[in-house]
Amino acid sequence: MTAALEADGVEVWLGRRATSRILDGVGLTAPAGQIVGLIGETGSGKTTLARAIAGLAPLHAGAVRVDGVPVSGLRGAELRRFRRTGRVQYVFQDPLRSLDPDLTVAESVAEGLAVRGDGRAADRRTAAVAALRLVGLDPALGDRLPGQISGGQRQRVTLARALAVGPRVLLLDEPVSALDAANRNHVLRVLDRLRRERELAIVLITHDLGSLAGVADRIVVLHHGRVVEEGPATQVLLAPEHPYTQRLIASVPSIDGPRPIYARSTT
Amino acid sequence: MLSVDDLHLAAGPRELVHGVSFTLTPGEAIGLVGESGSGKTLTCRAILGVPPPGVTVTGGTIALAGEDVSRYTRRQWDRVRGTRVAAVFQDPASYLNPSLTVGRQLDEVLRVKNGLSRRDARARAVELFASMGLHRPEHVHGQYPYELSGGMLQRVLIAIAVSGDPDLLVADEATTALDVTVQAEVLDLIAGLRERRRLSLLLVSHDLAVVAQLCDRVVVLRDGRVVESGPTRQVLDDPADPYTRALVADHREYGLDRLVTR
Repeated sequence: MTAALEADGVEVWLGRRATSRILDGVGLTAPAGQIVGLIGETGSGKTTLARAIAGLAPLHAGAVRVDGVPVSGLRGAELRRFRRTGRVQYVFQDPLRSLDPDLTVAESVAEGLAVRGDGRAADRRTAAVAALRLVGLDPALGDRLPGQISGGQRQRVTLARALAVGPRVLLLDEPVSALDAANRNHVLRVLDRLRRERELAIVLITHDLGSLAGVADRIVVLHHGRVVEEGPATQVLLAPEHPYTQRLIASVPSIDGPRPIYARSTT
Repeated sequence: MLSVDDLHLAAGPRELVHGVSFTLTPGEAIGLVGESGSGKTLTCRAILGVPPPGVTVTGGTIALAGEDVSRYTRRQWDRVRGTRVAAVFQDPASYLNPSLTVGRQLDEVLRVKNGLSRRDARARAVELFASMGLHRPEHVHGQYPYELSGGMLQRVLIAIAVSGDPDLLVADEATTALDVTVQAEVLDLIAGLRERRRLSLLLVSHDLAVVAQLCDRVVVLRDGRVVESGPTRQVLDDPADPYTRALVADHREYGLDRLVTR
């Protein structure tokens, strides 16, 4: 069975030199109805991978397929047509900067449909309201501007905007790391529901491995442009094999008390 | 060290903080927690003498080393800030001048605040960078903010903050934007500074786990009021207030803490 999203052997170079690779043979598979956690810290290549999958950055080698159809080789008009289908949606990290401050929430959510030329304005408005409901937001917020709602609400608005165009694959870049626990839980519950009800393939990109516990089905750990570990989430979290994954887990602060100081050299 | 007593803050006719009180003894670390809008950042900005525009202290006192600073003028604050109280925030880059090397920015603070000569300031700055765990501190001294990572910038900001040898360090979401491994290192750095310099710490964070790493006591704010305060383990393990219980339950719903007991 083909997965909703398959990427393999992905290489992205810095400039034209194969000697300096941002991504070096990276593979990532996300079946419909699953959440795959992609872990990587600053400089790991996680955002480049997401951009490459979304068709926003060119690959130097490898392939990306959506529902078995290769999309990584698309150029020009073909690429634009694919992007307009909205099958792959990339939700950026910073909702304040990715929402137009002069558009109301409902206008922003309907924007993707307008770009695609879907329906009349009234229909798009109805679709926007449905998308807001889907992420647990009161449709009355649709008339506000991004600056007039909370950070947690903005995060869900960007999610609603991505969902409005009916994607198969959702790429989310740090959707919860800046949120307090209540808002984080709200977003994660929405994702869990979307995975089940809409059969979406969700790639959750984060530097915080701990936040994936109880959310992700599988986890892929990216370090310096390479996958150093991957497997079922509980296995990666409870029995990490690679020293880097072990270090990531040891770094996660616990509510139960101070972790042992391993970085004495820094103090 | 720090004594906040019945603090009221208002923006015009609208009161935002309704009588917050807590004390911090020398060397102690307190965590200020609560959701966005709880007043934790407002309270901490009032303690630093930099309330947001339009927000004023309308009641109560903020005593730093016994002196009420809540109605200090700008000039009075210049005397206190850096030497008694200093702060680090979430986004270190925005507190640095992008067109000056980070070393020069610390040199300047040392010359103005500590009256050091140009040469002594430079030597002291390099020494401070080294003690913040910055590798090749001489090299870092000559680098511009854009050349440094987020973790390095936060170490530079902490160096600037402690350069005036303050008694109290306020850290408002200071590790929120950092990678987890870098966050762990910066938390270790702050823990080390507390030990070595007998710094008191006021840590503001939305992450209860971060508070659990460093703080002796926790103050829980909600809608501008203290709903609960006490020793960290007591508040987090056996919260008395329903709101605190909800915060802890929310925290434990996802994340490693639900999967493993460490």
